[in-house]
Amino acid sequence: MRTDGTVLSIEGLKVSLPHREGTIHAVRDVSFDIGRGETVCVVGESGCGKSMTAMAVLNLLPRGARREARGLHWRDEDILKAGERRMRDLRGDRIGMIFQEPLTALNPSLPIGEQLMEVYRRHRPRQKREARARAIDMLGQVGIPNPEERLSQFPYQLSGGLRQRVVIAMALMCEPELIIADEPTTALDVTIQAQILRLLIDLKDRFGLALMLITHDLAVASRVADRIVVMYAGEVVEEAATAEFFARPLHPYARGLLGCLPSAHAGQRDAPLQVIPGTVPSLIGELTGCAFRDRCALAEPACRARIPLTDLGGHKVRCIRADAEEGAS
Amino acid sequence: MAGKAETEALPQPDAAPAAASGGRTTLRRWLSNTGITIGGGLFLLILFLTMIGPFLVPHSAFDQSLVSRLRPPVWAGGTAEHPLGTDHLGRDYLARLLWGGRISLLIGFSTIAVAGIFGTVIGVLAGYFGGTLDFAVRFLIMVRLALPAVLIALAVAFIAGPSLKLLIIVLGLLLWDRFAVIARATTMQLRSSEFVVAARATGASNFTILRRDILPNIVNQLIVIATVELANAVLIAAALSFLGLGVQPPTPDWGLMIAEGKQYLLFSPYLITLPGIAMMVLVLSVNLLGDGIRDVTDPEARGR
Amino acid sequence: MERYAVRQFLLSAAVLVVVSVVGFVLLRASGDLAQRIAGSEALAADVEKVRIAYGLDRPLPIQYLDWALNALRGDLGRSLFFPEDVSTLIARRLPITLGLAALGLGTAIIFGILLGTISALKPNGLFDRLALGGAVLGQAMPPFWLGLLFIIFFGLHLGWLPVSGSETWRHFVLPTAVLAIATMPTIMRLTRSGMIDALRADYVRTARAKGLFPFTIVFKHALRNALIPVVAIAAVQLGALMGGSVVLETVFGVQGLGYLAWESINRADYPVVQAIVLVLGGIYCILTFISDLLHAALDPRMRAQ
Repeated sequence: MRTDGTVLSIEGLKVSLPHREGTIHAVRDVSFDIGRGETVCVVGESGCGKSMTAMAVLNLLPRGARREARGLHWRDEDILKAGERRMRDLRGDRIGMIFQEPLTALNPSLPIGEQLMEVYRRHRPRQKREARARAIDMLGQVGIPNPEERLSQFPYQLSGGLRQRVVIAMALMCEPELIIADEPTTALDVTIQAQILRLLIDLKDRFGLALMLITHDLAVASRVADRIVVMYAGEVVEEAATAEFFARPLHPYARGLLGCLPSAHAGQRDAPLQVIPGTVPSLIGELTGCAFRDRCALAEPACRARIPLTDLGGHKVRCIRADAEEGAS
Repeated sequence: MAGKAETEALPQPDAAPAAASGGRTTLRRWLSNTGITIGGGLFLLILFLTMIGPFLVPHSAFDQSLVSRLRPPVWAGGTAEHPLGTDHLGRDYLARLLWGGRISLLIGFSTIAVAGIFGTVIGVLAGYFGGTLDFAVRFLIMVRLALPAVLIALAVAFIAGPSLKLLIIVLGLLLWDRFAVIARATTMQLRSSEFVVAARATGASNFTILRRDILPNIVNQLIVIATVELANAVLIAAALSFLGLGVQPPTPDWGLMIAEGKQYLLFSPYLITLPGIAMMVLVLSVNLLGDGIRDVTDPEARGR
Repeated sequence: MERYAVRQFLLSAAVLVVVSVVGFVLLRASGDLAQRIAGSEALAADVEKVRIAYGLDRPLPIQYLDWALNALRGDLGRSLFFPEDVSTLIARRLPITLGLAALGLGTAIIFGILLGTISALKPNGLFDRLALGGAVLGQAMPPFWLGLLFIIFFGLHLGWLPVSGSETWRHFVLPTAVLAIATMPTIMRLTRSGMIDALRADYVRTARAKGLFPFTIVFKHALRNALIPVVAIAAVQLGALMGGSVVLETVFGVQGLGYLAWESINRADYPVVQAIVLVLGGIYCILTFISDLLHAALDPRMRAQ
């Protein structure tokens, strides 16, 4: 269902890692597209395979990990079979990446200016001289005061919020079309979180970026996303446009998550905080059927069978009660 | 761990890292480490051979025989009478090698006993009490490191007259620095840890805390240092004996044997190679054992 | 930084004073120095003559102050054997030892870092296992014994290199090789573990996500951080090599400071021994200081302190 506007298309992605007690199936079945200029939020609990999905797209998985997919496309190009050389050209140039931990994501012993400029020099070898001007420009764009003086500073001299701005500026150096941001605000103070989030929204509009935002925070997703992709135990369990998702979540897991959302969603302000009972199943070994069934109040024997992602007019859900759910809500 | 009653009275010592998991899994973890199995096995073999061996070899390490001087080992045309040949005074080389192992082990263990006790005591006290005492100990460590150990040992041995006892004392007083550095650093870490703070809050005396909460938790690191220093002591002692200011003849010491064989290195190179190989195997086994112990007890530092 | 430098200088000076006292006292308190100078067969009267002639009959503190005040003025006394000032003697021998130690350490650093880095790229791979095995063997070999083996094999058997002396560069090949082999394991293992940590670090993942070339990632991003502890060790090791030069210089007959120390000990030439202890202590202090400076140059966080 790729259209001309799609920058990234993931179909049936699987990632497995060797482990002492068996193979970890970290990503078991993930499919979704990201359109040009679109923001897709991938939400789910930690360990559900969100970050692995992102790293799999860039082919930056840890050593020993296996990646399989029915299809993985960057625009019209099959990047599943692309060599490391081609992927290197894409990384940092067409696809920028923002990490969770600004404290450790920057090299402690290189000045931040050098870390910014080297991306540009790497991908624009003919315009090396412009790297410095570009770095200053980008630091300004992400709201860092006195950018020129900052170039010679080292990461330890910057606060966490400023460091994350540097990481964002670094991802923007080569005017990418897609930014993958892996929990970009999680490690920051609450007040800084809001600032960084506003900056991301702002930059995305200013540069017309597509954004794949990985978060466990539905409140963040509701503010930023055009579309929401919910992951559970390595699978996409629901995908819908943001308004549609928050209005009519279909998967029992998504509903549980929304119940857990403490922020104000139309009349729920005083509702008690709900907790989904049970725990996430182990990802070691094969897992058949609905991964959520042990925690689901609506589970029935049929949930043990393999369940496909059903498309209900753009709202996709992986649940045998999908049709019924839709009727009910 | 210390007495059961104490452990129950105070909940915190259980939080101490020394209280590792159950005995059987620990043992299996230790035995599955190549460093420990190979190094430890070799070391036990050397211990066994040096303790029992001299009784199995028909020749004495000291009996000279001018008619059978410089007999080559079996692979170089010698006979089974002297499987590793004889030295320039006709003494059986196998017997001397085995005796030499005893001397090396004696020097190694005595040295780390002296150095280990001294270094650990001052290191733990410095790390635990801090302040002026810590400054004094750090200064002492700096002085020790600035002193050229081998040179001092040689000079003292020359003036006082070389002997095995002197060698051990001098080496012990020169090789304590690493014990002190590690004991100090780990004690400082432990001092601010929760279970020590809790022990202090319950009114435990400094001595009790040092004995029950600090020492059991630094003992692993100290054992690793002990293996390093044991190897070090063996190597330095051999060098001193080689220079003639360590173990004195006719005591068979590997370093001394190399020195004695030096004159015959052209035609009887085994006089030099054999003691060296023996020393290498001993040091190798101790180092492997130390690396293995560190890998098992401190997985963070793996492979370092 | 200035405050640190001043502090370190004062501390080093204090360390040197204590080192000189220890060296001084040990040389006199371990036994009868005068007897050693006169020789073991000397008559008691001759020993007394020696004692008075060299001022060894005076109280120890007086002897020390006398020596220390002269040393402060640069006068380290006269050798009992060579017709020279101790300072001239040391000035002539020191460069040989320093050069030999630097050559050995330099070789060890180049190969150690290279091997350590390659090992870290594939931990537990074939290369890594071989290199680690070699390192463990290298650490276990007594250097003086390895020196003798080299003499037997390269010097006598193959006849490629001279086995004793320090006249030409060829005399330095074997001792340098022994020093390098003795020092390399530490540097290699430290580089390896530092590189393994660095290659796992988040900033290396960032560098990969930036599309940088593997060469850049390894040598610019990872190695820079991995080398910080290596540098700290290297300077200290140079000091240790100089301290250990006694043994190796004796084996190879290299006319350096270590050999001088060895000869002087055997001749009871105590002014020379005393001075060498002081000089080696001073070199150790200087190297520690240099190591701290290098550390600061590599690690920006250190610079701030």
